[in-house]
Amino acid sequence: MRILHHHMQVKLKIMNRNHNQLEEGILSKFDGGLKLVGHKQVSTGSAISSITPGKHYVIPLQQHIGAISQVLVKSGDRVLKGQMIAKRGDLISAAIHAPVSGVVTDIKQHAVPHVSGLSDECIFIENDFKDEWIERNPLGDDYNHTASPNLRKIIRDAGIVGLGGATFPASVKQTEINLKTLILNGAECEPYISCDDILMRERAAEIISGADIIGHIIKARRCIIAIEDNKPEAIKAIQAVIDEDGTGFFRIQAIPTIYPSGGEKQLIKIITGKEVPMNRFPAEIDVLCHNVATAYAIHRAIYFAEPLISRITTITGQGIKQPQNIEVLIGTPMQACIEHCGGYTEDSDELIMGGPMMGFTLKSDDLPIVKATNCLLVTTKEKEMPEQHHMPCIRCGKCVDVCPVRLLPQQLYWYASSKNTDRLLEHNLFDCIECGCCAYVCPSDIPLVQYYRAAKTTFIQQERERKASDIARQRHEAHQFRLEKQKKERAERLRKKREMLKNKSNDKEADKKDSKQAAIADAVARAQAKKAERLKENKAADQDIK
Amino acid sequence: MLFKQSPSPHIKQSLSVHDMMFMVIYALVPGALASIYFFGWGVLFNLAIAISICLATEAIILKLRQRDVAHTLQDGSALLTACLLALALPSLAPWWITAIASISAIAVAKHLYGGLGFNPFNPAMVGYIVVMISFPLEMTLWSAPLGVNDGWPDFSTTFNWVFLGALPYGETIDSISMATPIELIKTQLNQMHDITETRNSKEFSALFSGLSGAGWQWINLCFLAGGLWLVKKDVADWRIPTAFLITLVLISNIFSVIDYSTNSSTLFHVFSGGTMLCAFFIATDPVTASTTPKGRWIYGIGIAALVYIIRSWGGYPDGIAFAVVLMNMAAPLIDYYTQPKVYGDPNK
Repeated sequence: MRILHHHMQVKLKIMNRNHNQLEEGILSKFDGGLKLVGHKQVSTGSAISSITPGKHYVIPLQQHIGAISQVLVKSGDRVLKGQMIAKRGDLISAAIHAPVSGVVTDIKQHAVPHVSGLSDECIFIENDFKDEWIERNPLGDDYNHTASPNLRKIIRDAGIVGLGGATFPASVKQTEINLKTLILNGAECEPYISCDDILMRERAAEIISGADIIGHIIKARRCIIAIEDNKPEAIKAIQAVIDEDGTGFFRIQAIPTIYPSGGEKQLIKIITGKEVPMNRFPAEIDVLCHNVATAYAIHRAIYFAEPLISRITTITGQGIKQPQNIEVLIGTPMQACIEHCGGYTEDSDELIMGGPMMGFTLKSDDLPIVKATNCLLVTTKEKEMPEQHHMPCIRCGKCVDVCPVRLLPQQLYWYASSKNTDRLLEHNLFDCIECGCCAYVCPSDIPLVQYYRAAKTTFIQQERERKASDIARQRHEAHQFRLEKQKKERAERLRKKREMLKNKSNDKEADKKDSKQAAIADAVARAQAKKAERLKENKAADQDIK
Repeated sequence: MLFKQSPSPHIKQSLSVHDMMFMVIYALVPGALASIYFFGWGVLFNLAIAISICLATEAIILKLRQRDVAHTLQDGSALLTACLLALALPSLAPWWITAIASISAIAVAKHLYGGLGFNPFNPAMVGYIVVMISFPLEMTLWSAPLGVNDGWPDFSTTFNWVFLGALPYGETIDSISMATPIELIKTQLNQMHDITETRNSKEFSALFSGLSGAGWQWINLCFLAGGLWLVKKDVADWRIPTAFLITLVLISNIFSVIDYSTNSSTLFHVFSGGTMLCAFFIATDPVTASTTPKGRWIYGIGIAALVYIIRSWGGYPDGIAFAVVLMNMAAPLIDYYTQPKVYGDPNK
């Protein structure tokens, strides 16, 4: 009996584990992942510095996930700092604001920092150096008495997007309310990047204030700030603010430094022990996740009515003379930022936007800083030159061991090279988060992520073409059907008409026939009657004779 | 300023295919030294012949396929195939046996299917099977291990036999060769002598000394040591050898408990023949093995079961080559049905 009781207790404990994990600070692990050298100290030596404003700003209309923003100004217009110059294009989209006061000089295509290396529509603004702000009416502490939809509207109109790199419109994520847990993502797992680290060190109170606002909007019960344990100073700074707050709403959680712990799904697994169901949002498991920099931007929007017109960007790498974090206006040319940091070293090699794992190389530095620019990394030539031709895959499976999504990268590579779409989908190509762990460990130096991106793009294009051709076919078929129907209807009408005509003539003929027959019958009847009379008369005559 | 472009990630781990292949070769060294110690010059000749012919074949075919010969030869895969083959072949195999096996391994099993990474079957094992089926008699030519009878023949006797097919005056091949323990048990069983009788007979007691036969136990222990190092270095997968050895232990235990007079002991199975070479160096060949985590368990279990079946009831004394190639055939199917459930899969 006692054994049974004990057994039940153990079972209950196991059942409660997931539930209690959040309260007790027990951590889970996600699959795979890598231990990488951080290189954070390269850029954390000095405080955040502001860059002196320049004359020209280029602001792309697509700086977020979702529909492109719609321009509200035209060439020649005077704009004020913080003025909305493009509104959101759809439900999932973000507004864009003027970073300085000045004049719109042009709206045209310009190169933008994007994986594709293509150009996009941009607004050009010339700074008048008057620093004239648009009229601002900050809400301040009143947010505590403001309804969630109104707060969300402020965040939406401030053009705030996820600043961790994904740039998903922040207010859209906050539409679910009564989510139990708000997770603030301060993991910053990519090597070299330190903008969140430095922000947490220097502006911890503002971040916590932003988190409180988000918590108020979604009516969260708790907020967990997750920070990788390689950032002790950030942890200390945030902890100090939480201690001061004393409400027990916030809790800091140091997590092991394993790339990609900062991926939203991976972080949620670490903190809650649960996995976000496939093709669903974290809200499904009662969680909302925001980056610390996003929380900071929300604080600025509520307390200063300041839209998202600047961000902290890490300028780092061995190819930069004075690596550091800078506070920079969106639309600032990258060259200006590099110059601010002492310029390139002589052996600088590649310019990467983002970290070394997921970032992409830029062809030129004649590009604007955008909302997604968390880091500019300049490498040096000492980096081992990857061989021009990679080796064949030897199916060693190292990629399987490090994949945080439990994919089979070697199979995906095989099917991507043979363009086998069905198999690619069966092997969950679209669940790949492109973290680059597989390519990092690949002994054959195969640029695996490149293959997956290409396969995804090809598939999406094929689907689009298929849909287009489906629509065209359906239209054609509908058209054919309509023609056929009209033809049939016409034939039917014709047939009916003919029948009607035929029936009419038949009737006439029948009438004719009938009258004739009747006449004949009459005549016959008459003749017979006469004959009978005659016979009678004859008989009578005969009798008379007799 | 303009910059050059490259795909992400922009940092990389330094372990390359070349490094992996050479680490496997280094891990073979203890086992190879033990083989040389117990079976003499023949093993060295096997290595010399297999290496030169494998590399030459690889070079010629790469040339024919218009590939970069020097660069590809450096990957070490042909060298590794040669070493595995040489260590699997009997120590007194005539040179042409080794040559035919080498050419079959590299030309047929590897390059006809597209070269490194594309071969469905383990090249060394295909080479071994070709000569095993074609020349069964020559494939039994092991010398007596050191410490049993006269041990292995001297340099000139071995050289004359391997390269010229000549024997010292008045001697036959039977006088310098001797059946391996694993083979002997099989032939004795066929002649109705049970295992206890064979092991205890005066004639063979020296051969069966120790755990699993003179020499063989040490060779297997050395391969085990090299293999453990490989697993520790994360070059060989740990699941395949674990699954293989556990299964072999379990099956052999069950059968030897049922009837120890006709079924060899677990120790004998684990430390005799090519068991450890297979567990850590052959079954773990990544190209031809299953690549999913679950699949690797199944793959290892499958090889062990087949090895036991062939050893106990098949026509060949040691079934490793056949077991490995049979499971190679099953690997794509295993992979297909053992896909891990991805993050967030509701059926997990």
